[in-house]
Amino acid sequence: MAEPGSAAPRTRLATAGAKATTQAMLRDQPRRDVIRNTAFAGLLLLAVSIALAGLIALLVQAFIKGAPALSTDLITNPPSSIYPEKAGFRTAILGSLELIAGVILFVVPVGVGAAIYLEEYADKTRWWNRMIEVNIQNLAAVPSIIYGILGLAFIVRGPLDLGFILIAGSLTLALLVLPMVIIAAREAIRAVPDSIRQGSLALGATKWQTVRSQVLPASIPGIATGVILAVSRALGETAPLLLVGATVFVTFDPTPFSDYSALPVQIFNYAVQPQDEFQALAAAGIILMLVVLLAMNSFAIWLRNRYEQRW
Amino acid sequence: MEATGIGATEPAGGPPRRLQAPGRRYGEKAIQGLLAACGILSVVTTTAIVISLIGPTIGFFEVVPVGDFLFGTEWTPQFEPPSFGVLGIVAGTLNVTLWGMLFASPIGLGSAIYLSEYARPRVRKTIKPVLEILAGIPTVAIGFFAASFILPEIIQPLWPGEFLGGAVGKPFMALAGGLGIGLMIVPIIASISEDAMSAVPNGLREGAYAMGATKMKVATRVVFPAALSGIVASIVLATSRAVGETMIVLLAAGSTPNFTLNPVEAVQTMTAYIGVTATGDIGTGTLDYKSVFAVGTVLFVLTLAMNLVSISLVRKYREVYE
Repeated sequence: MAEPGSAAPRTRLATAGAKATTQAMLRDQPRRDVIRNTAFAGLLLLAVSIALAGLIALLVQAFIKGAPALSTDLITNPPSSIYPEKAGFRTAILGSLELIAGVILFVVPVGVGAAIYLEEYADKTRWWNRMIEVNIQNLAAVPSIIYGILGLAFIVRGPLDLGFILIAGSLTLALLVLPMVIIAAREAIRAVPDSIRQGSLALGATKWQTVRSQVLPASIPGIATGVILAVSRALGETAPLLLVGATVFVTFDPTPFSDYSALPVQIFNYAVQPQDEFQALAAAGIILMLVVLLAMNSFAIWLRNRYEQRW
Repeated sequence: MEATGIGATEPAGGPPRRLQAPGRRYGEKAIQGLLAACGILSVVTTTAIVISLIGPTIGFFEVVPVGDFLFGTEWTPQFEPPSFGVLGIVAGTLNVTLWGMLFASPIGLGSAIYLSEYARPRVRKTIKPVLEILAGIPTVAIGFFAASFILPEIIQPLWPGEFLGGAVGKPFMALAGGLGIGLMIVPIIASISEDAMSAVPNGLREGAYAMGATKMKVATRVVFPAALSGIVASIVLATSRAVGETMIVLLAAGSTPNFTLNPVEAVQTMTAYIGVTATGDIGTGTLDYKSVFAVGTVLFVLTLAMNLVSISLVRKYREVYE
């Protein structure tokens, strides 16, 4: 400022005005606003607490109800609809394990293959590739019991005509979780930066060599996480299995070509019996299933955090 | 060097070197074909679903008039003569879904706003995985919880006497199924809405704060509307999941077709009818067998419409902010 003397009063006035305005804006909020804000924050906290309380109550209730039935008999004894004190989940657990093995065998190659096609090969401007994408997103949200109908009409009877055997259940579950695997694998593949692909192609590798030796190894942790989450979904799924044959009290160890039961279906069978002993058995089965699922999910989260690459 | 194109440059003395592949690379083509086949399998699955539903459904409508099916309210397949008014079980589905959504929408959205706008990073890092665990709990476990805890320990003691017919002494009711389903879909609403809210650029929030807005105003008047398409998508998707859920309603809501929205009545949903009827040795070609597919078609069309709305809404918010 060239002439501070003449400018000073005006500057001082302007500063004072600005200061007063700012103070008016920043002074304590009106009481009404404070009350409203606190109430709103309280309501939000209440919402989260109710969700968490629901989860905790579910776990605690299963443990309290199932505690009397918890013993190694649960794993070693076959189910029974007459003697609850001797009944267990042996054949159902074996059935679930075999179902899951089949799901993995089917879903990993097909799911990863579809993901590679959509991310690496498909021309996104073509309508059929966009249709495949929307189609997969929709399949991920189709009710599971509809897959049961599909399994009943196409796999158990109809074109494949396998009958009510374990493989039919396995295929039904595989189709159910396939969209989940494809979506997870696509995200993992998309996370690999393009520079890796371009470097590989520039060195003379073919497209498939690039995918096999560069893109796939880099995306394995993400794919594995997706597969584990999909498998844990398949493990807990009950409704479609009711339609494709897993309802009977199976007393022998199932093979892929025999009648079968599954852990969640057996839990359901016990849960619909009115006697307290069967209710306890159902709760104990739920504990068993939740422990396995929690272990699997924690492993998936650990895997994701341990091997997640930042490019 | 002249720009004469690939293969035209000759190194001194040697034969022309081409940058194209030496062979046709049939292996590469075959692999691409195989991968495409994997992608196409998903389309085949959808087609198979549609085909397997349509055949028996047409057979069903040869016996039962379409009008009687779509607009009848009596669902009594086991009576003589049977009545197949699908509204009798559509009402059951709506009943359960309605109470489930009334419970889950405020809780899910509240959790989403809390996680996205209020929670400190550390709190958020603990609560999000816990909600993911809730999302991973099998529905048969939630159904058991609804039937053996929510109904006898929460609803029956707290219900106001004879209100709407009274709750005490009822082994099944729509409200118990609804609350179980609500518990199942809270994580869906919370996580998709939270994603949408987190995608709202910080500049919008800072702009509002600079104008003197309070935290609550920022959350409700700025972030919420900006994330609206994602929030609506989460609600629509959650509704679709609620409509398609089987085990919870089978365990807690009963299997009595009932044309009502009253929460204390036992109801049968479309999914429960399919689950109860198609188990065991149901004879292929019987009217009961075909009715399962007709109900399945209604269920598939309903959820398909909701899924497509939800998918397009999610795409919209992704396009705007990401």
